[in-house]
Amino acid sequence: MAANSFRPRVLTALAGLLALSFGSLADSRIEDQAEQFFRSGHTNNWAVLVCTSRFWFNYRHVANTLSVYRSVKRLGIPDSHIVLMLADDMACNARNPKPATVFSHKNMELNVYGDDVEVDYRSYEVTVENFLRVLTGRVPPGTPRSKRLLSDDRSNILIYMTGHGGNGFLKFQDSEEITNIELADAFEQMWQKRRYNELLFIIDTCQGASMYERFYSPNIMALASSQVGEDSLSHQPDPAIGVHLMDRYTFYVLEFLEEINPASQTNMNDLFQVCPKSLCVSTPGHRTDLFQRDPKNVLITDFFGSVRKVEITTETISLQPDLGIMESSNKEDQIDEERMEPLKYAEQLPVAQIIHQENLFKSAILLLGQRMN
Amino acid sequence: MAVAVRLALIVLLLLGPGGWGHTEPSRDSLREELVITPLPSGDVAATFQFRTRWDSELQREEVSHYRLFPKALGQLISKYSLQELHLSFTQGFWRTRYWGPPFLQAPSGAELWVWFQDTVTDVDKSWKELSNVLSGIFCASLNFIDSTNTVIPTASFKPLGLANGTDHYFLRYAVLPREVVCTENLTPWKKLLPCSSKAGLSVLLKADRLFHTSYHSQAVHIRPVCRNARCTSISWELRQTLSVVFDAFVTGQGKKDWSLFRMFSRTLTEPCPLAAESRVYVDITSSKQDNETLEVNPPPLTTYQDVILGTQKTYAVYDLLDTAVINNSRNLNLQLKWKRPPENGYIHYQPAQDRLQPHLLEMLIQLPANSVTKVSIQFERALLKWTEYTPDPNHGFYVSPSVLSALVPSIVASKPVDWEESPLFNSLFPGSDSSSYFVRLYTEPLLVNLPTPDFSMPYNVICLTCTVVAVCYGSFYNLLTRTFHIEEPSKGGLAKRLANLIRRARGVPPL
Repeated sequence: MAANSFRPRVLTALAGLLALSFGSLADSRIEDQAEQFFRSGHTNNWAVLVCTSRFWFNYRHVANTLSVYRSVKRLGIPDSHIVLMLADDMACNARNPKPATVFSHKNMELNVYGDDVEVDYRSYEVTVENFLRVLTGRVPPGTPRSKRLLSDDRSNILIYMTGHGGNGFLKFQDSEEITNIELADAFEQMWQKRRYNELLFIIDTCQGASMYERFYSPNIMALASSQVGEDSLSHQPDPAIGVHLMDRYTFYVLEFLEEINPASQTNMNDLFQVCPKSLCVSTPGHRTDLFQRDPKNVLITDFFGSVRKVEITTETISLQPDLGIMESSNKEDQIDEERMEPLKYAEQLPVAQIIHQENLFKSAILLLGQRMN
Repeated sequence: MAVAVRLALIVLLLLGPGGWGHTEPSRDSLREELVITPLPSGDVAATFQFRTRWDSELQREEVSHYRLFPKALGQLISKYSLQELHLSFTQGFWRTRYWGPPFLQAPSGAELWVWFQDTVTDVDKSWKELSNVLSGIFCASLNFIDSTNTVIPTASFKPLGLANGTDHYFLRYAVLPREVVCTENLTPWKKLLPCSSKAGLSVLLKADRLFHTSYHSQAVHIRPVCRNARCTSISWELRQTLSVVFDAFVTGQGKKDWSLFRMFSRTLTEPCPLAAESRVYVDITSSKQDNETLEVNPPPLTTYQDVILGTQKTYAVYDLLDTAVINNSRNLNLQLKWKRPPENGYIHYQPAQDRLQPHLLEMLIQLPANSVTKVSIQFERALLKWTEYTPDPNHGFYVSPSVLSALVPSIVASKPVDWEESPLFNSLFPGSDSSSYFVRLYTEPLLVNLPTPDFSMPYNVICLTCTVVAVCYGSFYNLLTRTFHIEEPSKGGLAKRLANLIRRARGVPPL
């Protein structure tokens, strides 16, 4: 009797426990979903891609930058949010046997230049001053929008730099350098002005790790292709083009990124493993101590893609017509008032007028003088 | 985010009833054309022009609705009070001597010239801001335009459109010769087109073909034009032009036959639905040159003739809006072929073989009237072996004269010759018919001065070698193979005694 009454009590207790656990599981799943929504605090993505080398034999640096540009565009960042700086023109270079192309794989398998490319800073415009002005936002008045980094405090920015570098500096166009201290200070300015939410800095040069040693602003993650004292090596030459096409580190990063799509859940830890010493010959390094989130929670598409969070609603919305806009659209239909005398085209070479122009010129100079006064 | 969606929905719903209520004719129109010109040197030139005409006065009213005219350029006109704008990017040089005169040439690099309206107060400031904005739109370094490379022409560069007055104070001109043209300049240029490389002629604009050319020039021209024949109101005209010259050797692999697919690696599939006119013109003026005729495939339905740049020209016209030319089931791939008519000639050539036989070249040529025909042949003489030279090689070597056997039409008809009755000088050659006479002429022989070897050299070499061998080898041989021993002087001899006497007398030591 005691045993008989004991069993159902245990059963109900067990059932109660199971129900409780199911309930708490469901609750935690909702919490997980809600937490995923707020996983990263960014609302827009920007990319600043810089190639700093001039001359035909530095073809690989332009190919590096264009391959990152291609991946970033493919994963969703539009041209208006990419600032692409190429220090020399390789595609239409007189030495390029296939004009309007830049290849990353030998045997001309992949044209990373493509048909739809917009270069914002090119040739002589790629200088240390312009680069720092773009980062800090202190551009001269009159700079067009496509040349500005219009990021805000909820932007995730990807900064990729490649070229020739040394211990603590990166060479721009064979005539000037940017030091790691200047770069760290520029990032601090950006932080003070709230110009980024999180920043990913990738650099593919010799002794690249020296460039991120001096960073001190929060929310920066940095990757480099080689440690201090090591050289970053190039990948493979193409006999038809005659130069090395890509650097090893960026080549393997490109192969890694080709497998990412906008819905991918790959995280940063996989990017850190991209090029082991056996493939890259140099030792890639990374720095995450300034970054607040754990790299395994950071998606690749947080920096390389532009994934928008979309809310779908099923409510119906009713709208009222706005009379103001209707009136202004009616105004456009009015016929333009016609002139009384017909207009005429100018004579392209009025010889008589030009010969007797001295008098006209003198009166123009007088007018100029009046205007300047 | 949701607010933006709501705003977008509001705008869409309002434009709906506003648009349906009034069916007014559209105020802008697009015309596109492609002109293909085979050039005398075997190359082919292709010139694209896309013209958007907008019947609106941009300065008077605030414009907010842009249809075909691109908003980026329309806002430039109203913000900077432009009268005219001409911007071009060029790579290469138009070789007028080989290719003939161009429709519109542009300097290598970037060229920008602008007429501002007379309401502008600070022209230099507007000029600087305009070049910055254009550098952003076209991805070029036009921001390097400043007072160091800007001029104000005083006599040339008159406005190409309607102009009220021409005070050159409102004109600015700058050239950047270092500017490179590449796909990054073509991409925003293409995006300004209404059909934007998706339909019509702009599908042919692929960068990897357009930049593999001897000459590439793309330009944007904005100017006000007359709206109607009375010319009492203004329309704004935007012309986007692109000229390329495909090289016969680089792109054509040496052949003069061209087709749209060979030039652009694309064919025309459909016309641009926004275009009022979409035509391809092929220049067939010089359809007969150098004995070759130009054949255009498919044959054109209409032709157009006019005086262009001073000469009468004929063009084959293909209208893409005509369903007979292009429709859903048929692409348009224009082909230009040069055909040689079958020749009535004869050539026999037997090449020389060293020390066996000479060259023989026989040609039967029909000489055209009132012309000069030059026949030339290149040959080489092989070097002779040194024993084959004549004793006087400096005289030179002779090339035998050529023979010309000709039937010359005679002005006066002659009657047949009776060999026994006529004098001997008239019966050298048998005359075939009365309209022409036979003659055989010879050219001069050719004396060619060839480099001769120095025949004294073998003797010089033998002497020198033998001397060296004798002196060096001989000395070593002697040193190594001969032994030296001291010889005792001999005691006696009468002559020796006499000599010693004389020596003692002189005071010289004895032998």
